[in-house]
Amino acid sequence: MRAGRRLAPYAFALPALALFAAFKLYPILRSFVLSLHRSVDGADTFVGADNYVRLLHDPLFWTALKNTGVVLVIQVPVMLALATGLAVALNSRLLRARAVFRLGFFLPMVTGLVAYGVVFAVLLNEKYGLVNWLLQGIGSDAVPWLTDPLWAKISLALALTWHYTGYNAVILLARLQSVPAELYDAAAVDGAGPWRAFRHVTLPGLRPALLLTVVLSTIGTLQIFDEPWILTRGGPDNATLTIGVYLYQNAFSYFDFGYASAIAYALAVLIGLLGLVQFKVLGDTS
Amino acid sequence: MTPAAGAPARRLRGLTLSWGLALALAAVLVPFYWLAVAATRSSAEIFGSPPPLTPGGHLTANLRNLQEHAHFGRVVLNSLAIAAVYTLGAGTVCTLAGYAFAKYRFTGRNTLFGLLMLGLVVPAQVTLVPLFQLMADLRWLNTYQAVVLPNLALPFGIFLMRQSMGALPDELLDSGRVDGCGELRLFLKVVLPPMRPALAALGIFLFLFQWNDFVWPLIVLRDSDSLTIPVALASLKGVTDTDYGAILAGTAIAALPVAAVFLTLQRHFVSGLLAGAVKE
Repeated sequence: MRAGRRLAPYAFALPALALFAAFKLYPILRSFVLSLHRSVDGADTFVGADNYVRLLHDPLFWTALKNTGVVLVIQVPVMLALATGLAVALNSRLLRARAVFRLGFFLPMVTGLVAYGVVFAVLLNEKYGLVNWLLQGIGSDAVPWLTDPLWAKISLALALTWHYTGYNAVILLARLQSVPAELYDAAAVDGAGPWRAFRHVTLPGLRPALLLTVVLSTIGTLQIFDEPWILTRGGPDNATLTIGVYLYQNAFSYFDFGYASAIAYALAVLIGLLGLVQFKVLGDTS
Repeated sequence: MTPAAGAPARRLRGLTLSWGLALALAAVLVPFYWLAVAATRSSAEIFGSPPPLTPGGHLTANLRNLQEHAHFGRVVLNSLAIAAVYTLGAGTVCTLAGYAFAKYRFTGRNTLFGLLMLGLVVPAQVTLVPLFQLMADLRWLNTYQAVVLPNLALPFGIFLMRQSMGALPDELLDSGRVDGCGELRLFLKVVLPPMRPALAALGIFLFLFQWNDFVWPLIVLRDSDSLTIPVALASLKGVTDTDYGAILAGTAIAALPVAAVFLTLQRHFVSGLLAGAVKE
């Protein structure tokens, strides 16, 4: 084999590897070192596991963990159920103009988090927002979307669902289109109605894509920062304080870099297990 | 074939489905319509009762205020320049790496690829603080390179390109080599041309990713003349007398043109992304 061909892959991968080492690997390691230090006025003192001990006794961290967990346990399944329904509908042979629908439902995904956060904040304004105006038009009371702790969580869930459902539906749809039509025909011959066909043909066919969307949504949800930051700044009364928001506050509002790094590592450990699953799903695809 | 007797029932079900979905889609698109309306209205009109449902005549005034409060022309240019440079740079880095991992067998291949994919698993928050310190030490705060460089080797982009390059037949490369093609020329002349759809998908993805990115630019860009659109919009919000007409006009500039670009190029984008996401 010629030397050029032997060396070529290293040369091609070198820029990526060098950039990765400088801007990802080094910060990952540095972050761990930082998490063992307390930074005061730019001077770092080694404090061992102190930041991690503090974390365990920090009620705000547990609030952030709980808030993130609530979104994870409630919003993600609801969204993926909606996405599955949407994918099945988009896959139906009875549907006209499928491309238009697929595109329309995907569009929210293209919108930046800040842009849709601003729009939602104004639409959901308690006194002047369009949503409450419509609700009052049909005789309902105004809903304190962003100012009540429970409703703020619901608003956050609504925004996330609006943004990501179509994207997940498109991933599921691509998978559905590879389920052979003969399977549905066979199910019909066996006398299966739409519901049984869904349970015994559609769902098993969707399994790998469902697993992928579950894992991606879980990892994304654990890290959410932009939506709660733009919508409510983590409030009211810390109702939408997520781990991402708390980490950002500690790092860039209080400049407590050591503690922020400990939070980051706690988050990384949390994601680690799920990340392994993700890596398996994504890595096994070649 | 559909039995003739079942046809009317099927037709009805098809119509119900189409109209049901159309209704759901209309609800999903309301924020876009409302954004277009609000961008052309003054703050007073936006928060008036009833809220405006049709476009008004305040767009130029909103844009003027935006320019005055946030130097928005400069901000848009920043966003465009950063996203363009990033797309080219990250596109090159990811495509080269994706090709190396897809089409060569070499020592350390799996280890190195696994290392890069670590970037998918480790949350971005872990690196925020050290990266910020690194940029501060390099005196790179408020510079384009501080925004662009850290995400240039984007793991998702590398993954996507490896997936797409995998579909390229080895025979094509071998015949190029037999013809005496060097490795770099092989890449440029033989590999890249058939990869055009995948490259388009990668390009759209990278551009959108950078155009919409918020947290990292928020951290490294502090000077009002260096901001990108999302950061500038976020900084305008929360000031005591927030001018929502201006903010929403800026938001429309951030969202509507990229939505339009996406709609024209989407064929490449969606199919290209899915090639990476759901292959067996």
